[in-house]
Amino acid sequence: MSTQAHKTHPYHMQEPSGWPLFGSFAALTMAIGAVVYMHTGFYLVLVAGFAMVLFTFFGWWRMVIGEANNGVDHTEPVKTGLRIGFLLFIASEVMFFFAFFWGWFHSSLPILNNVAGTWPNGDIKPMGPGGIPMLNTLILLTSSVTVTVAHHALVEGDRKTAINWTGITALLGVIFLGFQAYEYWHLVNHQFGLSDGIYPSAFYLATGFHGFHVLVGTIFLTVCYFRLNGGQMTPNAHIGFEAAAWYWHFVDVVWLFLYINVYWWGSSSFAHLHKVVQ
Amino acid sequence: MADTHAHAHHDHGDHGEHAHHPTGWRRWLYSTNHKDIGTLYLVLAIIASFVGVGFSMMMRLELAEPGLQFIHDQHFYNVILTAHGLIMVFFVVMPALIGGFGNWFIPLMIGCPDMAFPRMNNISFWLTAAGLILVALSTVVGGGAGTGWTVYPPLSNHTFHPGMSVDFAILSLHLAGAGSILGAINFITTIVNMRAPGMTFHRMPLFIWAMFITAFLLLLALPVLAGALTMLLTDRNFHTAFFEPSGGGDPIFWQHLFWFFGHPEVYIMIIPAFGIISQVVSTFSKKPVFGYLGMAYAMASIGVVGFVVWAHHMFTVGFNVETRAYFIIATMVIAVPTGIKIFSWLATMWGGSIEFKTPMLYAFGFIFLFVVGGVTGVTLSNAPVDMAFHDTYFVIAHFHYVLSIAAMFAIFTGMYYWLPKMCGKMYNEKLGQWQFWITFVGVNILFFPQHFLGMAGMPRRIADYPDAFAGWNMVSSSGAVVSLVGALLFFYILWDTLRNGAKAPANPWGIGATTLEWTVDSPAPFHTHEILPEIKAEPAGHH
Repeated sequence: MSTQAHKTHPYHMQEPSGWPLFGSFAALTMAIGAVVYMHTGFYLVLVAGFAMVLFTFFGWWRMVIGEANNGVDHTEPVKTGLRIGFLLFIASEVMFFFAFFWGWFHSSLPILNNVAGTWPNGDIKPMGPGGIPMLNTLILLTSSVTVTVAHHALVEGDRKTAINWTGITALLGVIFLGFQAYEYWHLVNHQFGLSDGIYPSAFYLATGFHGFHVLVGTIFLTVCYFRLNGGQMTPNAHIGFEAAAWYWHFVDVVWLFLYINVYWWGSSSFAHLHKVVQ
Repeated sequence: MADTHAHAHHDHGDHGEHAHHPTGWRRWLYSTNHKDIGTLYLVLAIIASFVGVGFSMMMRLELAEPGLQFIHDQHFYNVILTAHGLIMVFFVVMPALIGGFGNWFIPLMIGCPDMAFPRMNNISFWLTAAGLILVALSTVVGGGAGTGWTVYPPLSNHTFHPGMSVDFAILSLHLAGAGSILGAINFITTIVNMRAPGMTFHRMPLFIWAMFITAFLLLLALPVLAGALTMLLTDRNFHTAFFEPSGGGDPIFWQHLFWFFGHPEVYIMIIPAFGIISQVVSTFSKKPVFGYLGMAYAMASIGVVGFVVWAHHMFTVGFNVETRAYFIIATMVIAVPTGIKIFSWLATMWGGSIEFKTPMLYAFGFIFLFVVGGVTGVTLSNAPVDMAFHDTYFVIAHFHYVLSIAAMFAIFTGMYYWLPKMCGKMYNEKLGQWQFWITFVGVNILFFPQHFLGMAGMPRRIADYPDAFAGWNMVSSSGAVVSLVGALLFFYILWDTLRNGAKAPANPWGIGATTLEWTVDSPAPFHTHEILPEIKAEPAGHH
């Protein structure tokens, strides 16, 4: 391949790039920094590594957006590839949450647990489904609708509507995170902290990783908001938006499982079998 | 004919090569070329193998005689065996079979110019390299991780491993795992989206099928390991209680998560080997693979069933009898598709005009070793038998037959088979055959006696043993020395090929080699299949 004009196939051949090497070095720095922080409390290496990772995300994806905008690189087959790739990434994320749900059930179901304990452990008062979790469920379900409205508007060429509803979706994400932060603050002060046993461990890691994914999805949607504003997405070319919407739906579905299994079932009398038996 | 079509246009692609060929350090550090990245993976695997094999030699030398020879700190022995396991699994076998051969030959064999995401391909490699650095740190910083590659708590928790080592090991697997997940996404997308016109799924070479299935196993199993590692990390450093009974947690839960990943992981290491062996047996028997579709779907069903047998690694934890019965049966079921593969390879050879070049010898060796390891696998799948053999040398013998030496033989098979394509030179056939026989004899002397030691009750992961086990241990250690000679001879052959090898033709293997990689020059030019080859007829290899 000499130049794009002479390209004899529809695929995206990429020039050599320093980002992968730098990104990997950033991850290595962050990993070493994390170990040093956890054992000595010295956090500067960790912060530096994290900053480098963020810089990699910024620089690398800026380059990808540039390629998406140049009208040459992202042919139809390349777009298909990006869609497949992103769906596979979501599949791997599902399996990551699978581990934490497994942890939840292993700890709470007497038939799976090898340690004769109670659920929740100790005298912890579990977090129920009413109040903030219920509100957050409504917020996320609503945001799933708003992102779909935005998508339809985008496909129909109604850019203004697409921009507004994408913005509303991102805003709902921020509101969700605000409520979750308040819930955590309340729980830590009044009910249980991370180190209070298996129930808090499984609760905070499952809901915490979900919250992190909401944050990532919100940032993703915010990027889409600015790209829509900049006229970078058209009715036929908006892979970035599509991926953000898929990601958002994935985050939504994980939340529904969390709401049903962690907040509702996990605090209900079904999960108290040990206590009843004992 | 598809092959000549691709060949006719090949020169055209060559021009581009001169116009656009990154050179110097940027070519390697910034690479977005599937062949260069494949080469990087192979080089990483070779470097890591020096360390991984070095550690195993230290273990065999220590175990040559009863009593402690030169390892007086038994924790140090644990550190060595842990690093040996982690390095061989994650930084030798996986990078060589998947990163190395997968990157090199998926685009070449499906007829496309490169991987779907060339830059992401590069970070997959560099994250693996970062993981190797971290695992090296885990052995030397903070007392070393002496947990075994399975990293079971409570041994791996903060009480028994308070230093930095286990955290380095955890983050090593996090980074290498992230790299492998990205690689898996790349492989699947490439195979789904970039096959040459006319190459339907049912016309793909079996190596491509193997990589496709392996990538799905990586994609779905590694995130579960990532979740488990994260829980262990927070248990160790932030006082969570996932595996901590005093907080209501359960160490057995780690074993479930680990083996839910770990069992697919063993297929991640052996399914690529199945793919390579299928290509080589067909090539050197000068016959299409017997039962092509059966072979493809046998691998797929091994992959699927591989996800629901994990607890056979944990028969001794106290399951109820129904659970054990299920995991016994599910595990034994895997022998059926595995049998399909073995007998189809034999049927491929049957009546063929077999040529015993080094790759074919290695394919034979693979089949023999895999059968031996396979039947001991069926033995161990019986929970009552496994109760007695658990954590003995019988298990060591079993999984080294299937993984260490069968997977290693597949790497050798692939290296001899594809070396002409990768470096454009022929290896010394006579030396190659010598290397095969030395290695084959060496590894069998090394590992076969370990069945006897295990049946006699010798436990694994202990630096010392009673005098009664002295005889077979000495035999085993002698085999290790013979195997080392074989390994060193391989590196000599590699060096000799690169330096003195005769120029390799595009297809050095004759009419049996029908896949697309043999239609391009040797060494394969920097850019290949710029003009997409067209597959018009059923390729000869697959019916």
